Amino acid sequence: MKKGKASIEFRKKPRILGASSVVGPKEGEGPLGKLFDQVEQDDKFGKKTWEEAESELQKRAAELVIQKAAVAKPSIRYLFAGDLLGQDIATSFGLLDMNIPLFGLYGACSTMGESLSLGSIVMSAGYADYVMCLTSSHFASAEKEFRYPLEYGNQRSASATWTVTGSGAVILGQEGGFAQIAGITTGKIIDYGVRDSQNMGAAMAPAAADTIAQNLQDFEILPSEYDKIITGDLGKVGQRALIDLLKNQGYDIEKQHMDCGLEIYNMEAQNAEAGGSGCGCAAVTLCSYVLRMIQEKTWKKILFVPTGALLSKTSFNEGQTIPGIAHAVVIEQVE
Amino acid sequence: MEYIRAFLAGGAICAVVQLLMDKTKLMPGRIMVLLVVSGAILGSIGLYEPFVQWAGAGATVPLLGFGNTLWKGVKEGIETEGLLGLLKGGLTASAAGISAALIFGYLASVFSQPKMKK
Amino acid sequence: MNTEQQKKIYQEYIKEVTPSHNIWTNMLKAFIVGGIVCLFGQVLMNWFISMKIEKEDAGTWVSICLIGSSILLTALHLFSPIAKFAGAGVLVPITGFANSVAAPAIEYKKEGQVFGIGVNIFTISGPVILYGIFSSWLLGVLYYLLQMTGIMGGM
Repeated sequence: MKKGKASIEFRKKPRILGASSVVGPKEGEGPLGKLFDQVEQDDKFGKKTWEEAESELQKRAAELVIQKAAVAKPSIRYLFAGDLLGQDIATSFGLLDMNIPLFGLYGACSTMGESLSLGSIVMSAGYADYVMCLTSSHFASAEKEFRYPLEYGNQRSASATWTVTGSGAVILGQEGGFAQIAGITTGKIIDYGVRDSQNMGAAMAPAAADTIAQNLQDFEILPSEYDKIITGDLGKVGQRALIDLLKNQGYDIEKQHMDCGLEIYNMEAQNAEAGGSGCGCAAVTLCSYVLRMIQEKTWKKILFVPTGALLSKTSFNEGQTIPGIAHAVVIEQVE
Repeated sequence: MEYIRAFLAGGAICAVVQLLMDKTKLMPGRIMVLLVVSGAILGSIGLYEPFVQWAGAGATVPLLGFGNTLWKGVKEGIETEGLLGLLKGGLTASAAGISAALIFGYLASVFSQPKMKK
Repeated sequence: MNTEQQKKIYQEYIKEVTPSHNIWTNMLKAFIVGGIVCLFGQVLMNWFISMKIEKEDAGTWVSICLIGSSILLTALHLFSPIAKFAGAGVLVPITGFANSVAAPAIEYKKEGQVFGIGVNIFTISGPVILYGIFSSWLLGVLYYLLQMTGIMGGM
C-alpha cells in the first residue's frame, strides 16, 4: 500500500528468516565481535587480491545465511546484492556460483537498505517465495578504489571513517521468522554541497535527515514510534549533523538514534577516527546486533536507514560535490 | 652547528607544510607539486642557493630542494649547451634520484605484498 | 528546502562541528621527525664528503640513500605507520616522494607488470615530476630569453 510521498506499507509483510555476518579481524576485535557469525583472521580471506577477498566475503555470507535460514538454495528466487567497487565486481564474482537470478545494485553504503527495499517489494507482491539481500565492503579494496595504496603514507583526518571489512546477508520469506519488514521509505539524492571526501558523514547526513523525516511524515508517526532509528555510517560528525538537521524540522531523534559506524569499533583504541563506514558497516551491524535485539524482544520496531555517499574518484577530481542517499526500512518483531 | 641548522631548517619546512595540509585539506599529491614548483622558483630568483649554504641537508632533503636541483640543472644546461640544455638539464640533474626511486620502487613491488593497515 | 543559502549555512555548520587533530601537536611531530630526517641527511652528507666525494655528488648520494631507506621501510610496511605519526615530517623530505613511487607499485602488482605496476607507479609522484620539469623548463626559457636580450648577460 502506498504511503505518503515516498513510502510503502506492506500488506503482506516479508519475514526475515535468517541473517548472517562475516567480518575481518579488526571488526572481530570490536565491541560487536562476539555477535558476528564468522570472524576471519586473514585479511585476504585466503584469496590473492583484495577484490577476490571481498567476493569471498559475500560468498561466505550467502552460504551461511542459507544454512541459518534452513532454506533450500534452489528455492531462493532472486538475489539483491551490490558493493562499492567499480561495476559491482565483488558481487559479480562472489555470487557467480550461487546460480540464482541476480539484481545487481549500487547504492554506495546505502545498498543494504536498497536491497532490502527491493527484495521486500518483490516478496510482498508474491513474485518469490524466498529472496536474499546482501552487500559487502572491504577496507583494502575500498582504499584502493577511492583513496590511496595501502603503503602510502597519508594522514587520516579526524572526520575520516574506516571502511568495514564485512558482508551481511538476509533471507526474506513469506512465513515464519522472528522479524518482518513492515514498510520502506525510499531516499532521494540529496546534495548540500559538501566536498570534503574525508568527511562523508557530513555529506550523507542531509540525505538521512530527509529520508527519516519523509518516513515520519508518510506514516504520520513520531520518532518515539521506533525503539531505535539506526543509520548506517554517519560517524561522529554525521550523527551530530543529522540530529541537528532533524531538530530544525521539528523532530527530536536524539534518544532513538544509533549509528552502526559508531557501534562497530572501539573508537579510540582501534584508530577508527570518526567511525566505521562502507556497505558492510550497516549490513553486518544489522545482521548481528540489530536483529538479535529484535529477536530478544528488546526492541519492538526499528527504522534501519543505511546511508550512502554517491561519489567516484572521477567525479571528485572533476570538482563535483558529494551527494548522499539513504533508504529506510521499517523492521518490527513478529507478534 | 651545521647539524643543528639542518635539523631546524628541515623541521621548520615540514612543520609549515603540516600546517598548510591541516588548514587547507590539500591532498598530499598537490602539496608535493607545490613544493617542487616553489623550489624551482625560489632557485631561479636566487633565493634557494644561499639557504642551501646555510642549512645544508635541511634545504636539500625536502622536496623544495628537488625543485631547486631541477632549476640548477636547467640553468647549467643552458649555459653549457644552450637551447638543447634547456631540455636536457632538468632530468639530467635529477636522473639519479628519479631512477633510484623507480628501480627501488619496482624491486619493492617484487618482494613486498600489500598488507592491511591497522 | 534545499536552497543555495541553506546549503551555505549547512557547510558553515559542518566546518564548525567537524573535529580536527590538534594542529600544534601535528606540527611539532612534523618538525621533530622532519628535522631528524634532514639531520640524518646531513650526517650522510658529511660522511660522503669525508670519503672524498665531491659535494654535488655527495648530495646525490644522500638523496639515493634516503630514497632507498624510505622504499625499504615502505616494503616492510613501516612507512605508513611512521607517516601516520609524522605527517609532513616524512612526506616533505625526498622520503615522501620515494614512498609515493613504491606504494602504488606494491599495491597494483596484482593487476600485472605493465598495466598494474607500469601504469600506476607514477599515479601519485607523476605530477611532481611533470610539474617539476615543466616549471623549471619554463623558468629556463625566461632565463634563456633574458640572457639572449642581454639583460642578464654575464650571469
